[in-house]
Amino acid sequence: MLTKRIIPCLDIKDGRTVKGVNFMELRDAGDPVELAARYADEGADELVFLDISATEEKRKTLARLVYHVAEKVNIPFTVGGGISSVQDVDVLLKNGADKVSINSSAVKNPDLINELVAKFGSQCIVVAIDAKQVDGEWKVHLVGGKVPTDVELFSWAKEVEERGAGEILFTSMDHDGTKNGFANEALARLSSERNIPIIASGGAGKVQHFTDTFIAGKADAALAASVFHYKEMEISDLKRELKNQGIPVRI
Amino acid sequence: MKIAIIDYGAGNIQSIKFAFARLGLKAELTSDVETIKTAEKVIFPGVGEASSAMHKLKQSGLDLIIPELTQPVLGICLGMQLMCEYTEEGDTKGLGIFHTKVKKFNHGVKVPQIGWNQITELKSELYRDIPEKAYIYLVHSFYAPLCKDTIAVSDYGLSYSSALQWRNFYGVQFHPEKSSTVGAKILKNFIDL
Repeated sequence: MLTKRIIPCLDIKDGRTVKGVNFMELRDAGDPVELAARYADEGADELVFLDISATEEKRKTLARLVYHVAEKVNIPFTVGGGISSVQDVDVLLKNGADKVSINSSAVKNPDLINELVAKFGSQCIVVAIDAKQVDGEWKVHLVGGKVPTDVELFSWAKEVEERGAGEILFTSMDHDGTKNGFANEALARLSSERNIPIIASGGAGKVQHFTDTFIAGKADAALAASVFHYKEMEISDLKRELKNQGIPVRI
Repeated sequence: MKIAIIDYGAGNIQSIKFAFARLGLKAELTSDVETIKTAEKVIFPGVGEASSAMHKLKQSGLDLIIPELTQPVLGICLGMQLMCEYTEEGDTKGLGIFHTKVKKFNHGVKVPQIGWNQITELKSELYRDIPEKAYIYLVHSFYAPLCKDTIAVSDYGLSYSSALQWRNFYGVQFHPEKSSTVGAKILKNFIDL
């Protein structure tokens, strides 16, 4: 049967991993390729690279990084951060990325989703949505959650699916960084209303949070960064524990 | 070993080249008919939409070349689907190698299926040293039903063919190039056929 996916996220700045830590075994903890290979060996099901650098030169650096990751890593990976055109996506896919994720650019120009799907297929277009609750309503935020919009989460998710996106990566800004668990209520609603896979993001702190997001949150995959970066949790231990709790995972 | 990856402009093939490189093998991306005919192994990749991919194949005349090949040929993902008789995607006639018609997932499951699933009822040299229920990575909205060519079965609300074989033609719905060590072993087994 189809298993639930565990997806470590690597934040990239100028071709290097940020939030990098003391992986004793790594020659260079800031090298995304080495860290990616390590996560793959530990049992990660996919990887997400989020480029947070903001220079004009970053495209070239990012494309080169994607090439080297594809060369070394034998599991799928998604690249996101600042992607706003067909040309951006073309470069990343040609260099070996399996999927790309778009976020602010899709909200500003929803037709971009249709264009990308028409050219590259649904299977490689992930739409990332950052949202938080404002007066009891989930509102989409842009630029890494900094800029509020009037767009409502569930209607935006519906539109995203209708426009052909293959997956939704939902980050709750209310939960991100808290380590108190994922936004399972919103996730469950998203997952029930939509017919494409939903990736949960924001709030992972312990194993039980993953179990909860797969059961109560009905998530198809769960993404986390710091718990893996800071080695608070080994992916192999996490998956073993999930399996013990009856969650289908690849071991 | 001369390995040809058929280039017909359909999708990302970089990761297939890399997967062979990790095995210490060089695979050549080519649309040249002579190169394809004389290769010892042929890979027929494909990502994207079926009718436009078939259109590209026809433009280059490869739709007539591929079914005539006599060496081992491995279709991957959309490549496998195009080797069937027909696919519902874009109402497209296939190459007619495998004896089945590709359908859309339409029975209360999320579409596309994305992630790691298991392969069972393994029946081929392709799976030498691969255990039953091994995990492989899939991304697809259409599937080949079970048929006499089925050499691996996966379950996604229903049982379907995650791999097919007829004579020298092999097809896998999953992405061996992205399926970790299991996928690498399957590619190696194909090369060793």
